Amino acid sequence: MTGAAGTGAVGTASAGIPPAGTGPMLEVRDLHVQIASRRGLVRAVDGVSFEVVKGDALGIVGESGSGKSMTLRAILGVLPPEARITSGQVILDGQDLVPLRQSDLNRIRGPRISMIFQEPMSALNPVMRVGSQIAEGPLIHLGIGRAKAAERALELMRRVGIPDPERRYRAYPHEFSGGMRQRVMIAIALACEPEIILCDEPTTALDVTIQDQILRLLATLCRETGVSLVFVTHDLPVVAQVCQQVAVMYGGRLVESGPVREVLHDPRHPYTLGLVRSAPDFDNVRESLVPIPGSPPSLISPPEGCRFHPRCKFAEEDCLVTEPPLRLLPGGRATACLHHERCIEAIEAERAAQ
Amino acid sequence: MTAAALPAPAAPPAREPEPLLSATDLTVTFGLGSSIAARLRHEARVLRAVDGVDLEIRRGEALALVGESGSGKSTLARALTGLVPLAKGEIRFDGRVLPARRKHSDQRRIQMVFQDPYSSLNPRLTVGSMLAELLRVHHVVPRSEVGSFSRELLGLVGLGEDALPAYPRQFSGGQRQRVAIARALALRPDILLADEPVSALDVSVQATILNLLRDLRAELGLTLMLISHNLAVVRHLCDRVAVMYLGRIIEVAPTETLFSNPQHPYTRGLLAAIPKLSTAGDEGAPAIAGDPPSPLRIPAGCRFRTRCPIAEARCEQEDPALRISADDSSHSAACHFAFSAAGAPAAG
Repeated sequence: MTGAAGTGAVGTASAGIPPAGTGPMLEVRDLHVQIASRRGLVRAVDGVSFEVVKGDALGIVGESGSGKSMTLRAILGVLPPEARITSGQVILDGQDLVPLRQSDLNRIRGPRISMIFQEPMSALNPVMRVGSQIAEGPLIHLGIGRAKAAERALELMRRVGIPDPERRYRAYPHEFSGGMRQRVMIAIALACEPEIILCDEPTTALDVTIQDQILRLLATLCRETGVSLVFVTHDLPVVAQVCQQVAVMYGGRLVESGPVREVLHDPRHPYTLGLVRSAPDFDNVRESLVPIPGSPPSLISPPEGCRFHPRCKFAEEDCLVTEPPLRLLPGGRATACLHHERCIEAIEAERAAQ
Repeated sequence: MTAAALPAPAAPPAREPEPLLSATDLTVTFGLGSSIAARLRHEARVLRAVDGVDLEIRRGEALALVGESGSGKSTLARALTGLVPLAKGEIRFDGRVLPARRKHSDQRRIQMVFQDPYSSLNPRLTVGSMLAELLRVHHVVPRSEVGSFSRELLGLVGLGEDALPAYPRQFSGGQRQRVAIARALALRPDILLADEPVSALDVSVQATILNLLRDLRAELGLTLMLISHNLAVVRHLCDRVAVMYLGRIIEVAPTETLFSNPQHPYTRGLLAAIPKLSTAGDEGAPAIAGDPPSPLRIPAGCRFRTRCPIAEARCEQEDPALRISADDSSHSAACHFAFSAAGAPAAG
């Protein structure tokens, strides 16, 4: 839940859901993922560390190319062929998953970790009945019979709000709407009662009213089953709806983390501040949006020092040379900015002006 | 620097005699393939993407068109641009009815910016040759001025001269969208229709395009129609909002009125469904339950009744027309219970 490695469980007080256990469910330590490309080695994830406490939901926010999806895929061991984990650990309940072989990982994927993808139509098998796809996991991992597995699939379909499950059990994915397909994905992810579900932009392809339904469903399931979530998205308000903790990624690194409300309302990193100020906010119409100048850094040859310094309005001499570590702040927060007090000044000046 | 080459349309008169663009009973249909399969499924063989829409766009205003996917908002915009033929209805532009086949001079006055800047630009043309071709075909400026006018256009959208010899692949997403806007502005249109211009872009880049559109409006007096599913974007940029559902416009109002006093239950649900930074999520009932019905099986009566929290027996029989409020002539809604106590959201 906090962004820093090896700090233990700090400051869960702000989380809405009381943690059932104490230690971290999932711990990612100093993860590095590199992708071989024609133009050179892409350092897609470059030293990312975080923890997820049992029953908590952690949001990972960032723009495209920030390494958020790669981080998620590295946890599950489903990186594209040209990408690999070069160092770091992914510790699930005390066990490091990185050195495991695919056959060992297969025993973990499903019953212990599962994933919900952005595009359910390409993640579901188009020529297999929806019910069988949901029953497949329990059949293989839980060692139960066909009839029992089918019964479980029906129960799961009811639970995720698919109407008329007896009839829809025999339907194919193309007969479902986008929202219903995503419900099927959620049912598959829940099927073997995993400890943690990884969500890769699960509502980005959906309409607002359907997104609202799916987010509420995830929040309810999270509370009822005590499953932990890692929720990757580029949409800040979505994180505010689902997660208790948030980690902001930029250029392959974590730049800020902490409890959702505090981070989004009172950022301690200029990039987070920029993200919040550049998005039109529904409740707060500003005269002019403040874009972040420039564009995201190249991950083949990232800028020296702080990766955000070419776009940062607070950058000083030392930002050009020192690569800032993620430092702990009070209240379970952390920031990778050498001059994070400048954010406080900026926010205060803004409030005074209003 | 732009005022000379891109003359702003005449200042809006004190009282608008006639809207710049108006659609009456606009209907767009798409025929569907297999008739037997359709008959077996008891479905209509014709998909009515836009179903009898009346809409006015006034000179100089920014009108937003919002709705879920499949509501017909993009089709409506394409019909207004002349990209899809009408099944019924007429489009009046600047006092004249536009014919089915438009003249070049009419085409250039309504321009469109598309959602995906990666697929809407020709990858084999440099920005310079793309603009030059347009300017030549439409005789916008004399040949000798094509180069200088192109540079001016790029300056207008915040790109430098060095963009002229570049291919679209050399630009980032935000820059491509600027090129697409420059291309639309090249013909000196009266109306710019922007179909989800920022939804393919990263959050930090979206702001630059939204600010650009706002500045262009102020600078050129451009009339803008913005299609978006993002109500926060709409609230930031537009004066008036039209909400679409299953091919119909179900509510039209000035932006602030719509946000503070929505009358149609769908609009209320849409507003409640938006994730907000300031409020934490809750697990309560969703703002609107269920999926939108297929446009091939539009419910009889009010088309929103299948998902409506306040639907009654009457809604099954009578299709509500878009009604103007008795108190506020700028606000209209297509609900039997709009503008009355019965339609007000229940307290608590």
